[in-house]
Amino acid sequence: MILPTPMLLQVADPTVAASTGVFLIATVVKMLAIFTLYMVGVAYTTLAERKISAWIQDRHGPNRVGPWGLLQVAADGVKNIMKEETFPGDVYKPLFLIAPALAFVPAMITWAVIPFAAPWGSPWGRIDMVVADLPIGFLFTLAISSLGVYGITLAGWSSNNKYALLGGLRASAQMISYEIAMGMSTVAVLLLSGNVHMSQIIDQQVATNWNVILLSVAFLLFLVSSFAETNRVPFDLPEAESELIAGYHSEYSAMKFSMFPIAEYANIITASGLMITLFFGGWDIPFTSWDNVGPHTGLKSAITFAFFLLKVVAFVFFFIWIRWTLPRFRYDQLMALGWKIMLPIALLYIVVIASAILALDATGLSRGTVAYQGALFAVNLVLLVLIVFVLDRGRLISPAYSRLERERVARLRLMAQQSDLATSRES
Amino acid sequence: MERTYLPVLLLVGFVIANAVLILGLSHFLTRARPSPVKQQPYESGIPPLGDARERFSVKFYMVAMLFIVFDIETVFMLPWGVYFRQLSCTVPLVNNVCAASNISFFGLGEMIVFMLILLVGYVYVWKKGALQWD
Repeated sequence: MILPTPMLLQVADPTVAASTGVFLIATVVKMLAIFTLYMVGVAYTTLAERKISAWIQDRHGPNRVGPWGLLQVAADGVKNIMKEETFPGDVYKPLFLIAPALAFVPAMITWAVIPFAAPWGSPWGRIDMVVADLPIGFLFTLAISSLGVYGITLAGWSSNNKYALLGGLRASAQMISYEIAMGMSTVAVLLLSGNVHMSQIIDQQVATNWNVILLSVAFLLFLVSSFAETNRVPFDLPEAESELIAGYHSEYSAMKFSMFPIAEYANIITASGLMITLFFGGWDIPFTSWDNVGPHTGLKSAITFAFFLLKVVAFVFFFIWIRWTLPRFRYDQLMALGWKIMLPIALLYIVVIASAILALDATGLSRGTVAYQGALFAVNLVLLVLIVFVLDRGRLISPAYSRLERERVARLRLMAQQSDLATSRES
Repeated sequence: MERTYLPVLLLVGFVIANAVLILGLSHFLTRARPSPVKQQPYESGIPPLGDARERFSVKFYMVAMLFIVFDIETVFMLPWGVYFRQLSCTVPLVNNVCAASNISFFGLGEMIVFMLILLVGYVYVWKKGALQWD
């Protein structure tokens, strides 16, 4: 995996760039293919969610439509299109109509900059396996994904339903709170890659090591924020069904309702793709280097694409797994986690990791060496242990009773014991 | 130039067309049969009391304001992160690598100063109770 930089595919590429005509055709083909795959992926993620949930809860899940319920998604799609559209009395119609589209469109655009395979040196010139190879890279993703909050907030407000309004407000406050930690955790990636261009971030990870090892704390921060950004458990307060019916989409029906789950699952897949690109080497195959050097054949692109998909599936599974592992936060805990824990950790981490990188550079070690990477990983490991075991011992993220004073808890326990004794004596 | 941003424009157009198509399909394939009960806001089956668009907690505004402040700090950090290698090198980078003897602490020092100023504001906000939700 350790290679001198000029050998890497995207840095020094012998293949000539494709002509404008080929480029346009390739772009349209890639766009249509990936969009279709993405929509099918989103549809099957909903099925995967139900199947995996069923599996975790020891029940069957959907198993009537098609073999193993595989056609359930088609049935759901048709049903949602054929359902009656309702317009509750006092909704503000223009925004009520436009909100689902506002949630859908950014969710469907953000994946455009994520490279999904090694570039293909086709007979017609080099074709990059990314829909839009933007130099602004993941800044585009950060910018567009934060537009999704408009759809949710406007949906909540225009519904004229108290639960929907609360859901929309919660969603907007939560998403903007965690965006800060998310943005700051990516600064650490930039320290190593020196570029926001996605393919160069992948190159950096190929040349040194995956960022999850070099910047584990940044990955942890990014992971937690992406759960909050996608409104997944344990941060699903905007649609907490036990308190807010369905949150911001309570009043929606038919396809207008469907747009919100589609956007949510699309965001999960995009968040997975982002984490893979920033921290898990993108389409890079671990422990080999043949995928990173020329000649880049179509087969190489296909295999790296398969590996990318494998990583996405693993992350989507992780998202669903967490849903049945962790309970939901209380709203004040959510805000405390975002503002009082994640933000200072992200700030401190930037300084610490920058110092560590600088100190290691000053020793004259090359970034490709095992010693350099090992030292950086050791720093991260120490920080992780500190964060998990020292910083929060039930102080900020805690059950409600831990915020009482110790004596009061003891007194309450005593009272409970005495009443237990009393009842056992009576019976 | 057109090579970089044209695909994004294409994609945006395509996605918007898709959104309109899907929503339109659903609108034209079905027939609305409204009734007074169906058009009530769904609030757990209880007849809704009053309008939903009342005043809501000022904390949400507070979070929005704090977000703007801290997000702009992040915007300042991103270019610093990109330029970090050059900032901590006294001579221009050769092959994107800085020799160990040329390492300077200028970039890191600047960021520490920036963070300290940020910290003052952060502590102020915390002590004022703006981060306290309950």
